[in-house]
Order: sequence, then structure tokens, then C-alpha cells
Amino acid sequence: MNVSYEWLRAFVPFDLSAAELRDLLTAHTATVEELVALREDLAPIVVARVVEEAAHPDSDHLHVTKVDAGTGTLLDVVCGAANVTAGKLYPFALTGTVLPGGLKIQKRKIRGAVSDGMLCSARELALGQEHEGIMELVDIDVPPGTPLLRALPLGDMRLVVDVLANRPDLLSHLGVAREVAAITKRPFALPAIDSLAAAAVPSPVANQSGGRAASIDVRIDEPGLVNRFMGVVIRGVTVGPSPEWLVNRLAAVGSRSINNVVDASNYILHELGQPTHAFDLAKLGGSSVVVRRAKAGEKITTLDGTERALNAEMIVIADATRPQAVAGVMGGQDSEVTASTADIFLEVANFNPARIRGARRALGMSSDATYRFERGVDLEIAPRALERLAQLIVLIAGGRIDGAPVDLAYERPTPPAIALRASRVAKLLGQSVSVDDIAALLGSVGFDVDRTTGDLLVTVPTWRGDVTTEVNLIEEIARLRGYDSFPIELRPFRPGAVGDDPQWITSKRVREALVGAGLLEARAMPFVSGGEGFVRLTNPMSENEAFLRKEVLDTLARRAEYNLARMEGNVRLFEIGSVFSPRAGALPHEQLRVAALVMGRRQPAHFTDPKTPEFESWVRYGSWDAKALAELIAGAAYPAQSIALRDSDQPNVLWDVRVDDVVIGTVTRVALDAPVWAAPAFGVELSLGDLDSSPVAPQGRAAHRPFARGVTAVSRYQTLPSTPASEFDLALLVPDAVRGEQVESLIRRVSGKLLERVELFDQYTGRGVEAGHRSLAWRLTFRHPERTLRDRELDARRGDILRALDDELNVRQRTN
Amino acid sequence: MDLQDYIAQADVVERDGAAAFQSAADADSLEAARVAFLGDRQGRVKGLQEALRGISKDDKPAAGKRFNEARTRLEALHGERKSAVSRATASSAGEDLSMPARRQWRGAKHPVTLVIEEIEGIFRELGFTVAQGPEAESEWYNFGALNFPANHPALDAHDTLYLEGEGLLRTHTSPVQVRTLQKYEPPIRVIIPGTVYRRDFFDASHAPAFAQIEGLCVDEDISFVDLKSTLNRFAERFFGASRTRFRPSFFPFTEPSAEMDVQCGVCGGSGCPTCKGTGWIEILGSGMVHPNVLEAAGIDSERYTGWAFGMGPARIAVSRYGIPDIRILYDSDVRFLEQIAGRGATVGGEG
Repeated sequence: MNVSYEWLRAFVPFDLSAAELRDLLTAHTATVEELVALREDLAPIVVARVVEEAAHPDSDHLHVTKVDAGTGTLLDVVCGAANVTAGKLYPFALTGTVLPGGLKIQKRKIRGAVSDGMLCSARELALGQEHEGIMELVDIDVPPGTPLLRALPLGDMRLVVDVLANRPDLLSHLGVAREVAAITKRPFALPAIDSLAAAAVPSPVANQSGGRAASIDVRIDEPGLVNRFMGVVIRGVTVGPSPEWLVNRLAAVGSRSINNVVDASNYILHELGQPTHAFDLAKLGGSSVVVRRAKAGEKITTLDGTERALNAEMIVIADATRPQAVAGVMGGQDSEVTASTADIFLEVANFNPARIRGARRALGMSSDATYRFERGVDLEIAPRALERLAQLIVLIAGGRIDGAPVDLAYERPTPPAIALRASRVAKLLGQSVSVDDIAALLGSVGFDVDRTTGDLLVTVPTWRGDVTTEVNLIEEIARLRGYDSFPIELRPFRPGAVGDDPQWITSKRVREALVGAGLLEARAMPFVSGGEGFVRLTNPMSENEAFLRKEVLDTLARRAEYNLARMEGNVRLFEIGSVFSPRAGALPHEQLRVAALVMGRRQPAHFTDPKTPEFESWVRYGSWDAKALAELIAGAAYPAQSIALRDSDQPNVLWDVRVDDVVIGTVTRVALDAPVWAAPAFGVELSLGDLDSSPVAPQGRAAHRPFARGVTAVSRYQTLPSTPASEFDLALLVPDAVRGEQVESLIRRVSGKLLERVELFDQYTGRGVEAGHRSLAWRLTFRHPERTLRDRELDARRGDILRALDDELNVRQRTN
Repeated sequence: MDLQDYIAQADVVERDGAAAFQSAADADSLEAARVAFLGDRQGRVKGLQEALRGISKDDKPAAGKRFNEARTRLEALHGERKSAVSRATASSAGEDLSMPARRQWRGAKHPVTLVIEEIEGIFRELGFTVAQGPEAESEWYNFGALNFPANHPALDAHDTLYLEGEGLLRTHTSPVQVRTLQKYEPPIRVIIPGTVYRRDFFDASHAPAFAQIEGLCVDEDISFVDLKSTLNRFAERFFGASRTRFRPSFFPFTEPSAEMDVQCGVCGGSGCPTCKGTGWIEILGSGMVHPNVLEAAGIDSERYTGWAFGMGPARIAVSRYGIPDIRILYDSDVRFLEQIAGRGATVGGEG
């Protein structure tokens, strides 16, 4: 909403700068987002006095002058205007100034005489079309050098106000002025317009479904189409340009002047917030105006020149045969007021917000009218708007009001009265406000406060449809008093009943672990191209992201490709986020996941690195790194549970990750759209548990639960050994059919409880190892808690292990 | 022994020891010198200490003082020489110790996570815990329970992403307010970080999915003063801002509603391009929880009152880290994530 500073001042005699006004409105009413100085382009223009004036010796029309522009020296200026007169004040552009039209003033010689600056005409300053001479500043007494904007009331400021959905009353200067008056504690009144009241408007004739305005038959086709419909006929207008003051007012709010009749309608819109429309009466067929639903297939060309198809949910203002306006949206081109218009029909109506919103959406067009009707226009402002509009038109376009206006479909609403407790005000705001203050604050913006009962009884003004309950009134009190008037003091509080969400804590642990392992956290958009088995959006922004991801790795892989496309091949990303899968007749199944994707070097290059192909492949992230990452994540996420990785037979899946024998994730090879130089990519994806989207309790009910106590898994202390350990190596020939894990678990079983550690430290195939076998080497560490183990005890164990390996797995000791 | 003899003896030990340490060229000869002078058993300093026994009681303080001086000086000389010798040893073995360390990749949290964690930390000090909820929500939790009228523009398919079949992607973290109020009896003090969705095209200042963090405080006698004071404390801790301001706003689920601004840290309030000339930076929306929201969740709104706030960590992140385009946050460019982590990509940094 654009508000003119000068226009507001015509309502309220305040004594505030535009910046002060901005701060007050922002603090109490609605945020002023911007202050626009409307003639900032005139800022460099100063007032100057012509001190001497003489004819140019080499010209019959030029004058040479000496000008005092407050610079301390008199300037030589050549001027071509006939009206230049010594002793008078004119707008002056110093050398170097850029005029509104873009002309830069330069010091130059004109027919041999130096000219240092320019005396300006009104047109040169874009202050009018006058170019007959330079602009004489009369009735002004300022010293030369004063900026022109300070000397003349040209510098109106526009306040761009962010009017929120609950305050349609602020969509007019009237509404904003009401607030300014309340905040500054000053009176306010509609601006006086010279001899406006000269044209008397007869009292409207009220009726429900139909009536006559002069010779025009006005009819509402069906009840409920319109909240109020007023109309009046004016005959004999002369359509032409608007007076300067009106053009300036409209320009100040960003509206272009069209002609005097249309401008008057726009003026009322911005002044009172009531959209109105003027029809060329000669174009209305059948001397009738009908408010009705549009018929299927009907079309109208609106004022913006676009032909629009209408439907039966839209309301039109029609003549006897066809629509002439889309009600509350925009007028039609056929009955537009033009230079040849003589008689007009003025419509001042009030439409249902939901209907206008529907029409605006269906037509894909919005206007100043839709903007206001959608948010709600004061039902009671219509008669005032009609009277003022008719008078304004007669004043600036001539003509006469023909007969009494009609006022249809109007039913006086009962303004709601709301009980207000001072105790509730104090409880909610944290500070008591006296009944006197409450009454004064609410009264200042039009609420009527009845103090005769125990509680206050507050009647809401018609323009404040947003206020329906006690808490709405408390907000009014808080903002009018000023949010800044409430103290800042931290008061004691009771500890909350809610424990930390366990998944949040788990996520934190997992994140810390992965960051510690050198991974970078990503946040990707969770939309994918998807397909069958994915959750689909009904209104996606584009088809290639119409689905929600089922795996975090899906979006993480795209991020890896993004990095590869930027020649970054060392990618180590992780993300914690939701995935979705469809469930018939219910909200999707949602699960919190963590995924990691690694490829390229697992550590930065160092000058000590071996420069061998073996090292180059060794230093790249591989499946064993991915397996370790999975163990790391699972350990962080499920600290007290048993974790196992089992190899999988699914394509591209290396291992399933099991927690307490339930599969909760996988380690995979990740297929990427990657350049040839890219290293293989590996992924880990684990569930961190489901997110429950079922209702906690039926609507309006609580299902209160006790404080959830977190359980932390801890490892218990075990006595540290004081005896020495003994170790030996086993180099084994393992048939290809036997898995390392089988060998290891046999070793553990046979070794008994003195076995402290088993490490697989080598794998070898090739020369010296018979075909169909590989050589694997383990180091076993034994320790007795109380004494040193004797050699023969170790030898006995070695023998037991080898025997069992041979018997059960056909694994023998390697002898060469 | 009289005092003068003792002092002379101490002078000799100190001079010889100093010379021995100075002339030790390597670790072995230095160690030999140490044993000779500072050794526990045969060292000459030890001998000097034992000689103190033969000093008369009157002279003992002066002799003891001299002994201590000698010992302290020799120990210091030995220490200095030891480090000099070890430096020399290293470089004589051909090692250039100015060379870079063998580093590991440096991991990093996402900048939005860093902002969320900092906010979380401040609210924890004020007694808040963390609540969470689903991103795919029902219309009732996302709108109805939050006092949105059925024809509110936010419900428009233009602004909200709806799911085929049932539900929508939550447009704010506020559904978790309702779930928490249904689940737990006040006092409630929670913050709710999470991902929310809007039907916004992905551009320099909008993302269709982004983080939000919300706070909810409900108890008997929680007032607008508590709202202002708590959020002001947060701003002081988070921005180090000297001033905050609260201005009227509108949200269906709070009344009164207020936006909180902090004084612009760039210009200090005088107006600059960062704050668009206003001197203030908009930080969060807040308000007293609307009675209809409490009632929808089964909470007695006469007995309990509360306040709530919501803010966007991504917006804070872009301004804090000077990121010109919000998409950079979500591109997950490894170079960007390493930058924000600071000091390069590797543990140990740039030495």
C-alpha cells in the first residue's frame, strides 16, 4: 500500500518528518518498508536570484545575467527566456547538475558570452508543460542557494506500507490517517477540497433487489451476489485532464492520471479504500444495470484490452444484454469513459471476499479493486464514497447529479460487542493496564467502550472485521500502547516437561562422528524425478522434481555429480534427512535417514606419499572404508546394540547393516553419471528410525505423557591387565570356498576366553600358494589375568586351533 | 669448611659445569656432562650439596643461597643446550621441519546446522529442550489446528506442496507445536528445528525446502513480557546486538503477534544497504499463542498462556557468512563446505 505523506497530512495536522512517521507507524500499526522521495531528481536544483540582467550584445533574444546561487560569487548566466527579470527568484541548475530529462549542465560560451549554469523552466524540471519562460518563484522568501525541494512543496514522500492480511482498513489514507491520529493524539478529518460540497447528492433510496437511478433500472439478479450495491447517474460531464493537485496526489501513490472521471474514482479508492467504477451511460444497452452471474460462454474485454472468458462463479455488472464489468475485478472496454462520454453511471458496491478471490484466480488477474475486496471493504463506507465521488466529478468534470442514488441489498450489520477483562489483559501482556488507559487506547481507533458493566463491553467499528474476540482487543491495546512500553525482564520459570527428542540426539551423535571422520555435511533438495513407488506431489514445480526421495543417497549422488562437473573428484558428503514412501489412504511412511557418499582420495596428498600406482589405488576410498563408515555410523546411532554387516546378493549392494539382527541399512557401490577420471563411489545409508505422523490425540484433546527419561548406554569398567600378553601368528592356506569370517569365529571358539585379540594382517595369492586357495595371516594375542602364560600352553592352543581348522574347514597351516 | 671456601668451591663447580655444557656438541656428550654435574649420585652439584653439612649454623643461609644459585643456573644452561643440540641433530639428519604436516581431511557441519546448533545452545541455557515431528503432515496439524481459516491464502496450492493421496509437506515447523501440546502437559519449553516446504521456485533468495527453527513456551502466567525478554536475551547472545525492537505483525496462530528486529550490525542503526536504510534487520516472527491453538490441542487456554517464535536459519546463515545466493547452501559444493568449516580442508589448517 502506497501512502502519500502530504495526503496524510491533509487528514491529520501532525508535525512529524517522514522518517518519524515511518517509525511510529512501524511501531504501532504496520511496517513501513520503504520511504521514497518522489522528486529526488530535483535535489540538486537550488533557488537563485537574478541580480543583474542585460541584453546579449550579439543576440536579439538572449540575455546576459549575473546570478546569486548562494555560492559566494555571482555567476554569469546566459538566458533565452523573455521573462527573466533582475531581482526575482528562479530555479537554478549549477554547472555539473543533471536535469530530470538527463541533460547535464556544462559551462560554455554562448555567442561569446560565458554561461555558468542554467535558469530552468517548469518543463525542464518536469514540473509541468509550461515552457514560455523560466519558472518564476513567487510568494517565496528564501536565501539563494536553498534547495528547491525545501522551498516548494514538491518533495512529497511515499511510504510503502506492508499491510498484513488482517488489516484491510489500512488500505486507504483514511485508515492510515486514523492510526496516525490515534498515535499522535490529534484530531483527523477528511481533507477539504475546494467547493466540493457545491453539488448536493440526494439521499439514496434503499431497496433489496432492485430500484431506479434516474432512468436506469438497477437490479440484483439473485440474493447473495453482492453485499451492497449503490449507483447514481451524472449527466453532462466534460471528460478531460485532471487538475494538477489530483494528478500529483495520484502520482504520489504511484497511479497514472487517465482523465478527470477515472482519476476521481481512483482518488476515492486511495482516500477511502472503496473501489468504484464509472460506466459510459450511452454504452449501457437497454437502460438497465444488472448484477448477475456470468453465463457459460460469455466473454468480456476488460479495460486492460484482454478478452476474458467468464464462468458462472463470477459476477458481472451487465446491461440488458451483456457483461460490462467483472464485478469487483475490472471494468469492460465497451463502456469505458472516454473523451466523448457525457453521461455516466457510477457504481459503488461491496462484494464478498471469497467470490472476488475466486474470480481473480480464475481470471489470473488482480487489480486495486480485487486487492481490497478480497481482504474486505467497510460496508458502511459506500454512501460516503458515492457522495464524495459524485461531488468530486461535478467539481472537476462538470455535469449534474440526476436523481437519487440507489442503495441495494444492504442490511445493516450488528456490530459485535466483546466482553473484555482487565485481568486477562494483565495476564496475557504481563503488565496491568488501567481501565482508563484501555478505554482511551481502544477509543482512539474507533472502538466504543462501555464501562457500565463489570467487564468492559467493547463494540467493534464496522471497518475492523478482523476483531472478533477478546484476544484481538488485547492485541489492539498492546500495539497502541506500544510493544516497546513493555519491560524486558527475564522472570523465573518452571522447567519444561518435555525431554529431548531421541532422534535429535541420535542425529547429533551421528553427525559428530561423521564430521570427525572428515566428511562434509550436505543439505540437498529432497525432490527427485521418481516414478512408481515414490510419493508424488499433486502440484510440483516441475515434472523432473515431482516426487519425494526414497533414499537420501539418491539426492546425495546428484550432489556428487555436481562436484564432479566442477572437476572436484574427492567427494566425501553426508546428509541426515527424511525419506518418504507411499501408503495407501494415509500420509506417506516417513523415515529419518543418514547417508554418506565417499569417492576419491581418503586423505590429502603429502610429500612423503609413495609415488607408486599401488599407493594411488590404496589411498582412494574403497569398499573397506565404506564398511568402516557403516560401522561408525551404526555404532553412533545404536550404541547399546549389536551391529553386524552381512554381504548382500543384491546388485550394487555390498553389505546389509544389521542392528540386533534387523536390517537397517546398506553399503553400496553408487552408480554416478561421472567422467572417466572419476574414482569409484561408495555409499552408506542407514535408518535412524521412523517419524510418526499419526495423530497424537483427536482434535481438541490431549494425550499427556509423562516426562520421557533418556537411557544412556554405557560400557562398564573392566580391570586392566597387569600380566604380559603373548602372541603368535597363524599363516593359513584357506580354500576359496571358506570365508574369512568362518576362520575367525572358529579361532575364537577354540582359543577360549584367554584370547584377547585376533587381527587379520595379510592376504596373499599367487606364487607359492596353491590354486583355489589364498593365504591369510592372523595374529593372535593371549593373556592370562593373573600370570604369565607358559610356552607349552600357547603351543597346545595353536595345535588345537590348527586341528580344528583342518577338520572343520579344510584349512591348513602354510608351510612355505 | 668456612663460608669463603664453600663459595669459592661453588664458583668452580658452576664455571666448570657451564663450560662443559657449552662445549657439548651432541646429545651424548651433553648427557655425559649432565651426569658429571647434575647427576643424582656422582654429580658435582650433589657433592656441593653434601658439603653444606660441614658449614656452621650461622653461615648456612648464605651458603645455601649460593648453592641454590649455582644449581639453578646449571640446570637452566643444561635445558637451553639440550634443545639447541636436538634442533641441530634434526637438521643435521636432513629433515626440513618447516614442511607441511601429514593431514587428514577436515570434516564440517553444514552452515545451516552451525546456526541451528548455536541457537539451540542459547535456548538450552534458558531451559528449552528439542522436539521433532514429521515433514509430511495432515492439513489439520499444518493449518486447521493453527487457527488458519479455511480460505486462508496459505492453503492455496500456489503456496503449499500437496501430496498425492493424502496430506502435504509442512509449510512451517508449527505442527510440532500442536503435537507437543497434545502430548505433554505444560510447562512446555521446546525449540523445534526442522525442514519445511513452500511452493517457491529455487532462486537466489528462495528454496522450496529450507530449515526453520521454532520455539514454544506454555505455562501458567506466561506473558508478552516473557516473550520479549526471552527473545531479547537470545538476540543479545546470538548477535551481540545492543538493541532489539518489536513491531506489530499478523500470524493466524499468535495474538498479539510481533516481529523482532535487531539493530543493524553493519551501520549500527544509521541506515545502510544491508538494512535497506531502516537501521534494523528482521530476525523472527513471534507472538502469544492464540487461544484457539491451545484449545485445538486440548489445553485450557484460560489457565495456560504461552508464546512462540519462528525464524529461518538459512537466512541467518547467508547473512552471517556473506553468501550472495541461497542456492550455494544447497549445492553442496565440497569447496564451499570446506570454506565455511574454516582454515582449509585439512585438520591442522594452514600451519
